[in-house]
Amino acid sequence: MPEAAPDAAAAPGTAIAIRGLTKRYDRVAAVAGLDLEVAIGETLALLGPNGAGKTTTVECCMGYRIPDEGTVRVLGHDPRRDRALLAPRTGLMLQEGGVYPHAFPEEVLRLFAAYYRAPRDPEELLQRVGLTGSRRTRFRDLSGGQKQRLSLALALIGRPEVVYLDEPTTGLDVAARRSTWELIEELQADGVTVVLTTHLLDEAEQLADRVAIIDRGRLIAQGTLAELTRAEHPRVTFVARPGLELASLSAALAVPVTEPSAGQYLVDADNEPELLVRLSRWLADRGERIEDLHTGTSSLEDVFLRLTADDIEVAP
Amino acid sequence: MTRTASGTEVPRTTPIVRATLAQAAMELRLLVRSAESLLVPLGIPLGVLVFFSVVDVLPTGGEAPVDFLVPGVLAISVVATGLVAVAIQTAFERKYAVLKRLGGTPLTRGAFLVAKGLSVAALLLVQTVLVVVVAVVGLGWQPGGGLLLAPLLVLLGALTSTALGLLLAGTLRAEATLAATNGLFLVLLVISGVTFEAEALPAPLAALGALLPMGALRNALDSALSGEGLAVEATLVLVAWGLVAVVVGSRRFRWEP
Repeated sequence: MPEAAPDAAAAPGTAIAIRGLTKRYDRVAAVAGLDLEVAIGETLALLGPNGAGKTTTVECCMGYRIPDEGTVRVLGHDPRRDRALLAPRTGLMLQEGGVYPHAFPEEVLRLFAAYYRAPRDPEELLQRVGLTGSRRTRFRDLSGGQKQRLSLALALIGRPEVVYLDEPTTGLDVAARRSTWELIEELQADGVTVVLTTHLLDEAEQLADRVAIIDRGRLIAQGTLAELTRAEHPRVTFVARPGLELASLSAALAVPVTEPSAGQYLVDADNEPELLVRLSRWLADRGERIEDLHTGTSSLEDVFLRLTADDIEVAP
Repeated sequence: MTRTASGTEVPRTTPIVRATLAQAAMELRLLVRSAESLLVPLGIPLGVLVFFSVVDVLPTGGEAPVDFLVPGVLAISVVATGLVAVAIQTAFERKYAVLKRLGGTPLTRGAFLVAKGLSVAALLLVQTVLVVVVAVVGLGWQPGGGLLLAPLLVLLGALTSTALGLLLAGTLRAEATLAATNGLFLVLLVISGVTFEAEALPAPLAALGALLPMGALRNALDSALSGEGLAVEATLVLVAWGLVAVVVGSRRFRWEP
């Protein structure tokens, strides 16, 4: 088979380069002008509400979909044209299904192992995902979590360099989730590039080097966790009697203070000891009691909820 | 070869022969795994052969029932496995995203199709041997010829049937494929002259039967096994069906659910 030359345009060290990707289904754009890069060895969490375009993006990277506009390059190759080159180097975990309903986990893993020149040991992988007790149970009779874990094992059997995991721990119990995370962390240690779609924020926080938040097919934020949460204004929030004199308090603190809802106050400033001292003094002078004080940067959840707020509001 | 970050060399060529054989073995295991899926390809042909050979109730022309029945029963076997079993199996593989998932592995589409063909061939070999052994040992059948030609015709019929089965599986919904193949199989059993002389049917129906794969295969096998050589017209009908299935199938087959 002739070795197709990787695109010169792709920067070295880039595992996945997505430029201006647009994909429409029946004229509705599932992905609309997405730009995204994933470095080799990096773990990117694609975060977004249902229908944001996460799966379509992954499917364009796998070569399942032809982009309407834009380009996708994986390890420098066109996923569709160079499928034969990329397939041995990539692993995929579909959200559901993808396995013969009447097949046993053991034989499916062995079958998939036969597709690769130097696969992982199916037996070892079966153990790692905790399916040795169900090795001869038909796929359709496995629990949802067991199906997920087999699907993960199938994604890893060929020692991939790039792995796409579509909602890898949805529906797993706590222990299975932990062991899935451990497997993914081992991949990271081995330098594997991981693209993880999830709507579980703690999963993204736990595993991802970088997070890309997409909504309605567009990239609305990306960066490391620290960058994303730092970009949010650092702030101090507290709960007290509604209707405090905001002008006076702002003046005393020398930073803006707002009352977004009755009794909930937001101080738009860093959590410095000096600020807290002044706040306490101002409240004490007026005999006001403080009920609930929070400091520090926002969580990824805050960022996510704010950025995708429109969707959350229309959700039933 | 590609190198992972930890420095391990991983060879990346696809072991195409090993992959194809493993795939074929999997397909075969799945074909025979559930008892109900064996009823059509094994039970019906053998049942027809034994029952109608022993109980002479159907018009089979002047010849001994078994001489008349063997070509038809072989044709039933080929269509039952190549068309019905493959179509249903593949349709549900498509429905459950198995085909889509395989598309993400190094297994090529060509290797996948070869594996399907190999699994059909293996099952069909067992069926054919069973039919012939039952006919010869149990019913005293002696072929009048065609010992070379008949296996080739079975192969041609198998290719054509499998192509048609894949065409249905790749274009219709799984439930529609299930209904269509079962319905089609019953109609073919009646109008193809496989269990009783087609002359007993109204002429247009008999003519239609001869133009459909099961009837054409039956007629070609009948000619070969009775020592009359190659039935050109029937063989061409089979080839034509195969070509149509391959051409339409390669354009219209959908791998995704």
